Amino acid sequence: MSDVLPAIGQVLLLVAALAAAVPLLGRHLAHLYTSPRHLRVESAAYRVLRVDPDADQHWRTYTASLLGFSMVSVLALFGLGRLQQHLPLSLGFAPLPSDGAWNTAVSFVTNTNWQWYSGEVTVGHLMQMSGLSVQNFVSAAVGMAAAAAFARGLARSQRDGRVGNFWSDLVRGVLRVLLPGAVVSALLLVALGAIQNLTGTSPVRTLTGGTQQVTGGPVASQEAIKQLGTNGGGFYNVNSAHPFENPTPLSNLLEIFLMLVIPFAMAWAFGLIVRDRRQGIAVLSVMALLLGVSIALLTWSEMAGPGTAPHAAGAAMEGKEVRYGEAGSALFGAVTTGTSTGAVNSMHDSLTAPGGGVAMFNMMLGEIAPGGTGSGLYGMLMLAVVTVFLCGLMVGRTPEYLGKKIGQREIVLVALYVLTTPILVLTGAAIALTASDGLAGLQESGPHGLSEALYAVTSASNNNGSAFGGLTSGTPFWNTLLGVLMLVGRFLPMIFVLALAGRFASQRQLPPSAGTLPTHRPLFVALLSGVALVVVGLTYVPVLALGPIVESLS
Amino acid sequence: MNASSLSEALPGALRKLDPRALLATPVLLVVEVGALATTVMAVLDPTTLSVLVTVWLWLTVLFGTLAESVAEGRGKAQAASLRALQQESTARRLRPDGTEEAVPSTALRAGDRVVVGAGERIPGDGDVVEGVASVDESAVTGESAPVIRESGGDRSAVTGGTVVLSDRIVVRITSEPGQSFVDRMIALVEGSERQRTPNELALNVLLTALTVVFVVVCATLYPIADQAGAHQSLIVLTALLVCLIPTTIGALLSAIGIAGMDRLVRRNVLAMSGRAVEAAGDVDVLLLDKTGTITYGNRQASELLAITGVAREDLVDAALLSSLADETPEGRSIVALIGEGRPVPAGATLVEFSATTRMSGLDADGRRVRKGAASAAVQWVRDFGGQASAELDELVDRVSSSGGTPLVVAEQRGDGPARLLGVIHLKDVVKEGIRERFADLRAMGIRTVMITGDNAVTAKAIAAEAGVDDVLAEATPEDKLALIRQEQEGGRMVAMCGDGTNDAPALAQADVGVAMNTGTTAAKEAGNMVDLDSDPTKLLDIVEIGKQLLITRGALTTFSVANDVAKYFAILPAMFVVAFPQLDVLNVMRLSSPESAIVSAVVFNALVIVALIPLALRGVSYQPSSATALLRRNLLLYGVGGLVAPFVGIKLLDLVISLIPGL
Repeated sequence: MSDVLPAIGQVLLLVAALAAAVPLLGRHLAHLYTSPRHLRVESAAYRVLRVDPDADQHWRTYTASLLGFSMVSVLALFGLGRLQQHLPLSLGFAPLPSDGAWNTAVSFVTNTNWQWYSGEVTVGHLMQMSGLSVQNFVSAAVGMAAAAAFARGLARSQRDGRVGNFWSDLVRGVLRVLLPGAVVSALLLVALGAIQNLTGTSPVRTLTGGTQQVTGGPVASQEAIKQLGTNGGGFYNVNSAHPFENPTPLSNLLEIFLMLVIPFAMAWAFGLIVRDRRQGIAVLSVMALLLGVSIALLTWSEMAGPGTAPHAAGAAMEGKEVRYGEAGSALFGAVTTGTSTGAVNSMHDSLTAPGGGVAMFNMMLGEIAPGGTGSGLYGMLMLAVVTVFLCGLMVGRTPEYLGKKIGQREIVLVALYVLTTPILVLTGAAIALTASDGLAGLQESGPHGLSEALYAVTSASNNNGSAFGGLTSGTPFWNTLLGVLMLVGRFLPMIFVLALAGRFASQRQLPPSAGTLPTHRPLFVALLSGVALVVVGLTYVPVLALGPIVESLS
Repeated sequence: MNASSLSEALPGALRKLDPRALLATPVLLVVEVGALATTVMAVLDPTTLSVLVTVWLWLTVLFGTLAESVAEGRGKAQAASLRALQQESTARRLRPDGTEEAVPSTALRAGDRVVVGAGERIPGDGDVVEGVASVDESAVTGESAPVIRESGGDRSAVTGGTVVLSDRIVVRITSEPGQSFVDRMIALVEGSERQRTPNELALNVLLTALTVVFVVVCATLYPIADQAGAHQSLIVLTALLVCLIPTTIGALLSAIGIAGMDRLVRRNVLAMSGRAVEAAGDVDVLLLDKTGTITYGNRQASELLAITGVAREDLVDAALLSSLADETPEGRSIVALIGEGRPVPAGATLVEFSATTRMSGLDADGRRVRKGAASAAVQWVRDFGGQASAELDELVDRVSSSGGTPLVVAEQRGDGPARLLGVIHLKDVVKEGIRERFADLRAMGIRTVMITGDNAVTAKAIAAEAGVDDVLAEATPEDKLALIRQEQEGGRMVAMCGDGTNDAPALAQADVGVAMNTGTTAAKEAGNMVDLDSDPTKLLDIVEIGKQLLITRGALTTFSVANDVAKYFAILPAMFVVAFPQLDVLNVMRLSSPESAIVSAVVFNALVIVALIPLALRGVSYQPSSATALLRRNLLLYGVGGLVAPFVGIKLLDLVISLIPGL
């Protein structure tokens, strides 16, 4: 059991680092999403964009700005992919097929970063840097902006549906958080051994005497924002398992820290924006609780879980890198699915059956523990509204959250939000498992084949982007299906979130009393966790039973 | 609820099976569609499983409509007795020239003036514009003692259908035919005009969303299970669907609403809208009139204070003597305080209280005793050769500042000088148990504000004794209205009760305005509830009923959703165990066979609706306490209970159902 101590040690180290960083970053985030002042460089950016950063936008305008910006991004990325052979630094790669370009464009704009291709042999440096990397920044900032707008909606009173300014949220998120954060972490990653250059492929003679083409590139810089922005689209096909992306156990821990820091800090910032820090801490506690449980379960199932192959081999090391070991891979796996990152440092297809189930369940939770940058916060807050509605009645008042009444119109928006992703996942899985084109992509039949397909549609609909492996997804069928799931799964819920933000901003803020359901106490933390688990559990248990659960019990 | 009320409700329940009637209850509509589908399948391929599932699905819908029907049935009897009041009668309408004409009561319009004499039924709602009469309102209020109705002032409103016992009055009709108070009461107790309340609608949205999720879950499970090699029949998937969607709360939701209104009606409160009942649960501030709500209407003697040099017996004797013939409540309370009455001495002359003398008393056997306002009594003593006393002034001040009213006692024996004896302390008596009720309200997060015309000093003293949170002293109707507006500006919901015409603006402004039935028509129309007993304390009950209604909804929703966990443990292994025998470990209840497990879950799902109808009608038990305490208790009872109960229930049902051959 000598593996146990380092397994616990790395978690403790991670917790300590987060405990130090989250309040600081949270305060910074709360300030930047509420302050009226602009930096000089930001004012310049607004002039270039020709937008008024001081306009307090109605939620409809805010949403239109957000969607317009994102759709333009999809088109631009699609163009870059289709035309890359005509552009510099393409390394001589061919244009992406149209279904592939669609999938990639949607994938990066939706912060999903599902990759149907091998980055190092498909995408040139220009597209990596000016397309994919740029989206790594702005797609993360878009999620944070939506969450900030929602928090402001809750904090405001009688503001006629106005929730803030999208352009200033976007620019500030990029310039004041993501860019500086990415620069610092890129430097740290380089210091830890990640590469950063603009060289093409170079032949290398391997130990066994063969030759291998190794592609260089701006890896560390993309790695930093890939983790920090919970993106997950790796420079290399094997993602964070590649030694150039993630060279050591220490860099592994750094990458894990980067995935978690903004989602948790957003929860902290939420408390400050609504002027009640305890509310933020409660939300953060639910995220931490759910993540903690999944880390424990995944680590247990990898280190001691059932399975014929791991028992025969003595350890579940298939698909894992020796330099991270079982615990380092399990921790990364739980965090990358708990956040909406989707980067991988081991092959999730090779996780033990219960481990794969935990990773899948993490995504099914709707990416709320702690979820993507911003999207995790608003996802959790939507569930908080459901919890308040279900349990609030039991204290004998019509339900309210942070002084905002949850009436019919509010609950319609929440219901639509909660419905969207399960419908996408389940219908997506049903389509994939009935269409011959879908079945053609599966590597295995029976429960594991079902898990492969289920994992892919879950990952896409929840904007995670991690792949189970085993699935050959680069076909027109899968590219199109997953592209649709990613696009709808990202923006439809966001529209409901922003509409609800507008409703809340219009409402008067009711003062709390001893008769209102307190939403900062441990009881509420337990309730919210319970509701998240039950709502998700009831939705997905039947399909999970046929996939990972059957496999686990074999 | 008993067998007869169930059988009476059955025809109504069957009528409600019409899918168009179920559109408002999507949960039950889905069950009905499922039942139709399984019926077709059972006809095409009759197996024990398909027939049993079909029968129980139909029963599930029926139990759902039955719940609503039973709730409605409870108001039917009351409505019938109210209808008796509406029998058509002939009214004596006054022509503009003052002559009478006979018209049917149903032809009366608002603004008509009618004459009603002794023994006649008042033909419609209205205000007395001429005369005074005693009226028997027992048919509406249940109170048998007649009440006085007179023109002008706050006692002018009369209700159609009530009977004049003596005298003759002229009534100006204020309601159009079919919209009278009794009409509204009938509609209310029958639930025929029931509009669903905002929270009920919101909850319905959430239930519909859950239903949609489970429809998608079950529909997609068909191809997915096929792919996994565990083919599922449509019968089993329909059974799963019906077990998962929130049928329990879906079926009981409208019954809970009807029963909530009914509980109010049973306490003689008529809510003009369900919205008001819900608002009552949300109230943050209660405005309570001091007199009648917080204190008994009358001041009572609490203490006798003699000045130095006066024997206590002299004071007691004089106080008693002066009050023997005093029939005012204050006078009786003095006798009660002293504890022993005695007959009025023969030949005694009574001195009645008058506004000019501000004293009352008695002259007998050469002895004259007086009690009254301090200044008047001191003046009387001076007039008859006595002396003022600084000590007495002190006692008077002390009583006043403690919120009481001082009555000074003086006497004159023979022709000697009159002398001051002491002070009777009259105080407002706070109702028993009211302090505890306010403490309960505080724990529930509700602030109480006492409204009184008294001066600030007196008001504060009473407020402190009663334990209210705040006082509005020397309050005018405008002050009340301003206070309500101010609280509402701060986002708080306000409840109040009132009866006078000048209360009408405040009653209309308050979120919950309870008008007293003895009050004016203006007040009754401004408020959103009417208390037939005219008991202002009932405001507290109304708040509790509002909360109980919401809690019942929340508790049954939680119970319903929590039930699903156990149903999964029953049905999922049953569905998949043939293809994947290892899933048998999930069969934690050790149900005897897959078919029996499925039928047991469906039967449990249907029976739990019937089992919970009494709870839905009665409302969950409610103890006033803080939100946290309420939540913890209800969560334990209905959340944890909802998790555990179906495990036990399904297991027990399985023991019986597994005996059915073919399962």
